[in-house]
Amino acid sequence: MFTLINLVQPDTVEEAYRVLTEKKSNAILGGCAFLKMGSKRIDTGIELSKLNLNYIKEDDSHIEIGAYTTFRDLEKSPILNYYFNGVIPKSVADIIGVQFRSIVTLGASVYSKYGFSDLIPTLLTLNCEVELFKGGRIPLEEFLKSAYEKDILTKIFLKKNHRIAVYKNLRNSKSDYSILNVSVSNIDSKYIIAVGARPAVAKIAKKASEYLNHGNINEDTLEKASNIAAEELDFGDNMRGSAEYRKAMCCVLVKRALKEVLECR
Amino acid sequence: MQIVIIINNKKTLLDVELNEFLADTLRKHGMLSIRKACNTSCCGLCTVWVDGKPTLSCSLLSIKAVGKNITTIEGVQSEAENFAKILVAEGAEQCGFCSPGFIMTVLAMKNELKNPTEKDIIHYLTGNLCRCTGYMGQLRAVKKYLGVN
Repeated sequence: MFTLINLVQPDTVEEAYRVLTEKKSNAILGGCAFLKMGSKRIDTGIELSKLNLNYIKEDDSHIEIGAYTTFRDLEKSPILNYYFNGVIPKSVADIIGVQFRSIVTLGASVYSKYGFSDLIPTLLTLNCEVELFKGGRIPLEEFLKSAYEKDILTKIFLKKNHRIAVYKNLRNSKSDYSILNVSVSNIDSKYIIAVGARPAVAKIAKKASEYLNHGNINEDTLEKASNIAAEELDFGDNMRGSAEYRKAMCCVLVKRALKEVLECR
Repeated sequence: MQIVIIINNKKTLLDVELNEFLADTLRKHGMLSIRKACNTSCCGLCTVWVDGKPTLSCSLLSIKAVGKNITTIEGVQSEAENFAKILVAEGAEQCGFCSPGFIMTVLAMKNELKNPTEKDIIHYLTGNLCRCTGYMGQLRAVKKYLGVN
């Protein structure tokens, strides 16, 4: 169990950031479902429910999702079920149960760069941008590569277009963490392949995506692209699977995802 | 710290620790139907409704429940009893330890899903584990309760 000495519930993001950066051991309290399993000592916990960051809205060009939006809200959103082949709801729908998804927040999952995240690979293939209070609006891919710096993720942006995406995962049991997860998107025959739970945080398979973007699409090229993805990414061991197993399964899941995304055309 | 939570339609003043989770707060307040089992947010035994939504009380900080409407099985006794009778009739209850959380999820599903299929029911109940019954009896009972063929 974590230790919490003080608590603040700021009315503005500015105030939240000020408290966050006052002391090294001050921290944002996200959903807390993962935090509770550790033994972290937090001096001042910053609870963001007064910032009204639980929303999903759209304008003419973008979908905007607040950081305090729960996975259950992502799953049920008519907007997210309509766009991108409903891939965001599909990515989170198998995470434990409805009661758990009512607690887990988008901001905590993305900001923490969790390797096991089922959402991050999908957001990568949708060219998601994140907005950080201090760091500003940057591509998610850039944020994932950046060194850790104290900041507050306030929202994410998805460009509205006719992009189609699919999500695949491999788990030991239905409600376990993914051993590996894959998302593939396609817009105007341009593909993005992302692989997560390697077990490190999700990454775009750039060479495999490029290979498909410059060639004919057939059974052989799909096979080749899935092999390139498995070769270019690095995999590791943990209690759920070995690096070797993950690499082998990467070929399978990427090929299945590519086939499925082609069928969606 | 003192907080006010609405528990089963009653405004309730509670003393809580800052790192205390709602399951512990409710149990301290006498709501012993709230069960804690897995401590890893995956068994569903501690399910309550927060503003009508099924939620793991073992994973929600009590301070995040301030001003929210919390419903436990004590607050929906009549409806819970109706479903519990079907559970018993279908042989879907053995030790009963998981029943309060399971029943709260089923009642939430009834409120939320219109004309669910068997697949919808199974998906909705994935987060409720039962180590006794093997789930088939539970599924029969839920389908009977919801009038699903």
